[in-house]
Formats: sequence, C-alpha cells, structure tokens
Amino acid sequence: MREIPAPPMGLLAELTHRCPLACPYCSNPLTLARASGEMDTGAWLRVLTEAAGLGVLQAHFSGGEPLIRNDLEILIAHAASLGLYSNLITSGMTLTHKRVRALAEAGLDHAQLSLQDTEAEGADLFAGAKGALARKTAAAAMLREADLPLTINAVMHRGNLDHLEEMIETALRLGAGRLEIAHVQYYGWALRNRAALMPTRAQVEKASEIAAAARQRLSGIMVIDYVTPDYYAERPKACMGGWGQRFLCVDPVGLVLPCHAAATIPGLDFDNVRERPLAEIWRDGQAFNRFRGTEWMRAPCRNCEWRETDWGGCRCQALALTGEAEAADPACHLSPHHGRLRKMAEEEAEAAPPAFIYRRL
Amino acid sequence: MSEKPLDPATCLTLARGVKMRFDEIRGQWMLNAPERVLVLDEIAKEILSRCDGGTRISDLCWQLAIEFAEPLETVEADVMELLQDLLHRGFLRQ
Repeated sequence: MREIPAPPMGLLAELTHRCPLACPYCSNPLTLARASGEMDTGAWLRVLTEAAGLGVLQAHFSGGEPLIRNDLEILIAHAASLGLYSNLITSGMTLTHKRVRALAEAGLDHAQLSLQDTEAEGADLFAGAKGALARKTAAAAMLREADLPLTINAVMHRGNLDHLEEMIETALRLGAGRLEIAHVQYYGWALRNRAALMPTRAQVEKASEIAAAARQRLSGIMVIDYVTPDYYAERPKACMGGWGQRFLCVDPVGLVLPCHAAATIPGLDFDNVRERPLAEIWRDGQAFNRFRGTEWMRAPCRNCEWRETDWGGCRCQALALTGEAEAADPACHLSPHHGRLRKMAEEEAEAAPPAFIYRRL
Repeated sequence: MSEKPLDPATCLTLARGVKMRFDEIRGQWMLNAPERVLVLDEIAKEILSRCDGGTRISDLCWQLAIEFAEPLETVEADVMELLQDLLHRGFLRQ
C-alpha cells in the first residue's frame, strides 16, 4: 500500500508559453503551447482554490510571460483571498505603471524580475530581444515605487558570468531584497544551446568566490542565493525538493507536472487538471508516483546514505545525459557518468561557442 | 558568521515580503518569504509575532520570560540566537 504523500508547498502556475523574450536557455519545452490551447480564467481560479485546499502555501505565476495574460490580476487577487503567498516571475518587458498598481492592489506579495546581463548588448543577445536592459531597469523602478518586494533573477552562463560583480551591484542599485544567481540548467532549450552556454571551470570557481564574499558583505541587506552549477558539482541537488514531494507545476493547457521539465521523460502519464481534481493527481497520478520516494532507485542511489537528502538528483538530467531517467543524476560523483560529464563540460567550455538557437513557437 | 551581536534595544520587524500565517492544513505557523517557507515552532511564533517594529528585543524577552515562567537569561539566549539567524538569512530587518 502506498503512503499518502505530504501536501505540496508550492504551485508553479505556467499561465502561458507566450513571451516577448526568446532566451536560449528557456526552461519551457521545445514544443510550446499555443495561445488557443491555454486554460481560461475560470479553470485557473479553480486550480488555485484546489491548490490552497491541498496545502500549497506559495503560488508562483510564471510562463512564458505571465503579464501577457490580462486576467493575471484576477488570479493574484484570488490567490490572496485564499491566503496563498503570490510570486510573479516576469521578464518585466511589458510592465507599465498602471499594471504594477493593479498587481499591487490585487495583493501581489513579491516579484521576481529576470536580468540577462548588465550590459545592453549582452542583455539583448541573451534575451533574444531589443532594449531588454532599459525595459527591465524601468520595470524594477516601477515595482519598487509600488513598494513591491523584488528579487532579481540572474541566469548565468559563459557569456555573462564574468559580469557577476556588476550583476550584484546592479541588483542592489535596483533595490532588490534578494538576488538569485542561477546557473543555467541544461534541459529544454538550454540543452540545445549547452555548448554555447557552458562556462569554464575557472569562470565558475571565480563566480563562486564572488558570490560567497558578497553574501557575507551584504548580510542583512540583500539575500543572495547561489548554487554551484551541476556540471561542476560533486553532489546533485534535490531537484524540486524531491519528485512529487514539495512542488507541482500546472502548464498552460492544464497538464500537472512534478517539475516543469518533466514532459521530456518518456513513459509518464500527465493528468490534466481540467479532467481530474488536483488533490487526486497529487496523490494518485502516475507521473507523480513514478519517481516519488526511493522505491524506483537503482544503484548507486538505492543504498546511498544521501538518498533522502538529494533524492537522486534531477530525473530530467539523468535522462538527458545517460538515456535512463532511473539512473543517478550524473552531477553526482558516485554516478559512473560523472567523469564523462565533467570532461564534456570542460571541452565545450573551452571550444568557441556556437551561435544560439532561440526559442520559438 | 562574523557580524556584531544584536543590540537588545533594537526593534526588529519582518523583512519586506515576509509574512507569517497559520496553516490550517498542517496545523503549524509558517513564515512565507520570497521562494522560501519556514515552519515555525510555538516559541519561534511567539518571538516573531512580537517583532512588530516597535518592541525592543529586551522587552520582548521580558514578556516571554513572564508568560512562559522561564528565567530571563535562558529566554534571552534563545531569542538572540533565533533573531540573529533570521536577520542574517533575511527574514527580519531592523
């Protein structure tokens, strides 16, 4: 008999795959959902109600670009009425004063704004858009004027990692209370562009030092989250806090996923929230139970003392790099593929970067 | 951590974007912050609910010592440790 899983903490609501940016490391799937297939307001309101009832504490409104949905304020207001902590994950490209006021009035708790680079040229190149830096700087100012707490999300890779000091300064100047220094994770579009994005080991080591020093220096002023990138790590991360343990993701058409990249894994059946209650999907859904807990594990995970700490790492990454989703995440030094992974990263990083393949519908 | 110790005359408050709420489903107090959730035990909840921006840490310790009939020194040690940690992690501000 299966144990009843603990309730999820967070809901990632991917309202749309539409986006004004075309970042080459986008975590959206290679096959993007079209606007015509997106769930309507009523369906999303029901998802939020069911999520709160299930025990979700935080709702992350994401995409694509969630601002493209003109019912975003309605959804945020509903989340607030349910006691959910609401987080807007945005590119900020289409933000206006009027929209910010509406979001604040709806009860938005926090905004996370992406920043691609600290230089205009790089920002445009890495966002696949024009005028990104200026628009984002303006967006940050609008959010701060409305007194909304702000996180700057900086996705780092070989093209911008040498600007990390400037990124930290920029986040401070923009009034961020938190900076998330996120190394690219290689699935979806990022996997396609891996050779163009992979930093050198020396870049990563320097960045880790800068981040550690800034964290000390800015203690009590700005929270800095920094995680060593997988390909240069010794131990894997507990992806999503463990499969089917803390998070669920609802995609634009209503599919409920244990992680936003889970659709890359073959053999998983994703339920649609339009057809089945969220609580039932969380508890009984095939995709959620496939890698939940430790039963599915093989060696070296099965008997590892860390198996309930890192939960075997990332399933999508295991699949992408070993061909088997049940394998240990090769980010782990105990994986037989670990050495090969490191070597591949180093070789790719040393070679001239190929041109980006930008995401498109 | 190498920062200087907290002054007991400081009034702390929850940092921007940090909210405390009771979670009916788990029957526990929670501290919600950007991308983070902290489960609070009864003592932490009592301490944090007094971090209202107007109560000095020293007064807060007195209140708790009286309410829970504990020696002031014990309360002070526990309170300082918790507040220092949460301040460092960005859940609180001065």
